Amino acid sequence: MSTEVNQIEELANKEYKYGFVSNVEAETFPKGLNEDIIRRLSAIKEEPEFMLEWRLKAYRHWLTMKEPNWANIHYEPIDYQDISYYSAPKKKPKLNSLEEADPELIKTYQKLGISLEEQKIFAGVAVDAVFDSVSVATTFKEKLAELGIIFCSMSEAIKNHPTLVKQYLGSVVPSTDNFFAALNSAVFSDGSFAYIPKGVRCPMELSTYFRINAANTGQFERTLIVADEGAYVSYLEGCTAPMRDENQLHAAVVELVALDNATVKYSTVQNWYPGDKNGKGGIYNFVTKRGMCKGVNSKISWTQVETGSAITWKYPSCLLIGDNSIGEFYSVAVTNNYQQADTGTKMIHMGKNTRSTIVSKGISAGKSNNSYRGQVKIIKKADNARNFSQCDSLLIGDKCGAHTFPYLEINNPTAQMEHEATTSKIGEDQIFYLNQRGISREDAVNLIVNGYCKEVFKELPMEFAVEAQKLLSVSLEGSVG
Amino acid sequence: MLEIKNLHASIEGKEILKGINFKVNAGEVHAIMGPNGSGKSTLAQVLAGRKEYEVTKGEVVFEGKNLLELSPEDRAREGIFLAFQYPVEIPGVSNTNLLKTALNEIRRYRGLEQLDAMEFLTHLKKKTKLVEMDQALLSRAVNDGFSGGEKKRNEILQMAVLEPKLSILDETDSGLDIDALRIVANGVNKLKSHERATVVVTHYQRLLNYIVPDFVHVLYNGKIVKSGGKELAFELEEKGYDWLKEQKELV
Ligand SMILES: Nc1ncnc2c1ncn2[C@@H]1O[C@H](COP(=O)(O)OP(=O)(O)OP(=O)(O)O)[C@@H](O)[C@H]1O
Ligand SMILES: [Mg+2]
Repeated sequence: MSTEVNQIEELANKEYKYGFVSNVEAETFPKGLNEDIIRRLSAIKEEPEFMLEWRLKAYRHWLTMKEPNWANIHYEPIDYQDISYYSAPKKKPKLNSLEEADPELIKTYQKLGISLEEQKIFAGVAVDAVFDSVSVATTFKEKLAELGIIFCSMSEAIKNHPTLVKQYLGSVVPSTDNFFAALNSAVFSDGSFAYIPKGVRCPMELSTYFRINAANTGQFERTLIVADEGAYVSYLEGCTAPMRDENQLHAAVVELVALDNATVKYSTVQNWYPGDKNGKGGIYNFVTKRGMCKGVNSKISWTQVETGSAITWKYPSCLLIGDNSIGEFYSVAVTNNYQQADTGTKMIHMGKNTRSTIVSKGISAGKSNNSYRGQVKIIKKADNARNFSQCDSLLIGDKCGAHTFPYLEINNPTAQMEHEATTSKIGEDQIFYLNQRGISREDAVNLIVNGYCKEVFKELPMEFAVEAQKLLSVSLEGSVG
Repeated sequence: MLEIKNLHASIEGKEILKGINFKVNAGEVHAIMGPNGSGKSTLAQVLAGRKEYEVTKGEVVFEGKNLLELSPEDRAREGIFLAFQYPVEIPGVSNTNLLKTALNEIRRYRGLEQLDAMEFLTHLKKKTKLVEMDQALLSRAVNDGFSGGEKKRNEILQMAVLEPKLSILDETDSGLDIDALRIVANGVNKLKSHERATVVVTHYQRLLNYIVPDFVHVLYNGKIVKSGGKELAFELEEKGYDWLKEQKELV
């Protein structure tokens, strides 16, 4: 038994593969937050007046709010005056092709193994890449434009499509929603915007890669995706970040809107720097992600593979307003070393015949803590709502923890609820069995873990599923002796 | 092929194997019998490289290599296969996936080309027939929810697919119905060759009617106390182990 634990510790010592810092020159605001900073930010981004007002309102509300505090997450208090709220590459390029981009930046992408060229050539993915806070490259825009699809940075959307932005921004996550959402609303720097017009099926996966690359610069991304009646879109978000010694705050907001008969599929593979093996450094990831099934027969599906961050606080949720609408949440959350994750989902059933599915797979290794928090709420007038929840936890080693907190609030007697939960451990006898068949320890763990996550991986687009499997083995590398 | 000299092994400070001497040549079938708790499974697990057991003395040479220096996976890749007395369940991992991964790992170790999905499935199909295994079990998770007998047959299927040099079957016959017993024995016999050897651990002479051993050994209290031909199995069936106990005390 004790040798097993020693081996686990020994192998837990491999370093983060994707840790590096690139040298793109950045223009950065002085640290601190006040109304002047927000005005300056809005001015730099050449925003219309309504946007500045919106930000200030959010800021003033934020001042009245208290940072939440959660039972299962522990971290040093964040000094919000010690953060710089804007950072942009100095040369703000207007790009027609990748060749025009800062070569340093391209190198960064290449190191991460997800170069835009590759994406373009192999996957046919339109990429709107966010590097620090400013978009620097957008591809396939024209092809999308032919179909009337708008896919651009949030900054551009605010300037070029103010009506849509005004109509939908904050319609799913109000600026007053929670502490981090309010902060994001006040200071968000950039992000992605997508609008799929009526009856259009977006012919390619839309994708954004996020980077956090300037020291001490909080990242406040804002994403808004609107699928109009009968539209379909699948959106991919993925990221890796450079190694850093100081904690970096990330408080993004993602809003999805699906109108009548529309479908939005949102997939995330998240691999931010989790901190070193002693738990130092790493990203604080406090994200508000919410989808609104506004129309009848609409569907929103969240799929996420979370392997990074020191602290993750994240509950992609669905508001099922339209009758017959469907919400789905498929999640794999891996924690290793000293990582802490508090994730889950909320499914709020408001329309009739609404259905939701929750499949959550938590994997804890090292000394990490992984909590699942799932809320299913069925309001009084939501007749015939159905929910299926499955929450599984897998433990690797015996110093980690898994916690499951299901919250059910059912106000309509016709609701049908199904809940399954399991906790399992990768046993030494399982590993030995596989060893005896010629399979190494690490491969044995990967085999078991991938088997365990199968249900979630099959929800991911093909190329992403492969990436997710690789990521999982990298994050668990060294977690087993 | 395999030579064990004065092997001592203990678990949690308790000595279980107390000086095993044992030799297996290619082409041979050996049977090991002995009362419960005598150390049969321990011997099998030590050969397979289970870390919980500490080898305190002795040596084991397999195909000219010091087996005790090899990791469990490398022992398997060298050609040692253990059909477990209690096969574990591995939820989520399909039988087919396990076998494909295992076979390709073994092939890689031996410098052979990887089999692609098609080649592997052809190979698998052939072997599945050989052990008369239900195809449906292939796509299910390894041993997950299998009946006792199905688990044992699954071990034999794995053996057939991986084609080891030395197979150690730890009570593969227990829990099998008469038909399954015949099928398993058949499988073992069909895989028999001049280059391969089999060690069967069993409590029942019955199995040895199907898998005819060249040698029978009695393991008693961590030692091989008697070896002989297949007639020894009959003698044991008739007289039990007390007879040996008395003999041993006389020695
Ligand atoms: N972890 C352990 N701690 C202490 N003793 C152990 C441990 N594991 C096995 N033993 C003991 O080692 C002895 C040999 O066990 P082993 O499983 O090798 O017997 P066996 O000959 O295979 O018996 P059976 O015929 O019942 O399968 C037994 O007395 C058993 O209790
Ligand atoms: Mg035994």
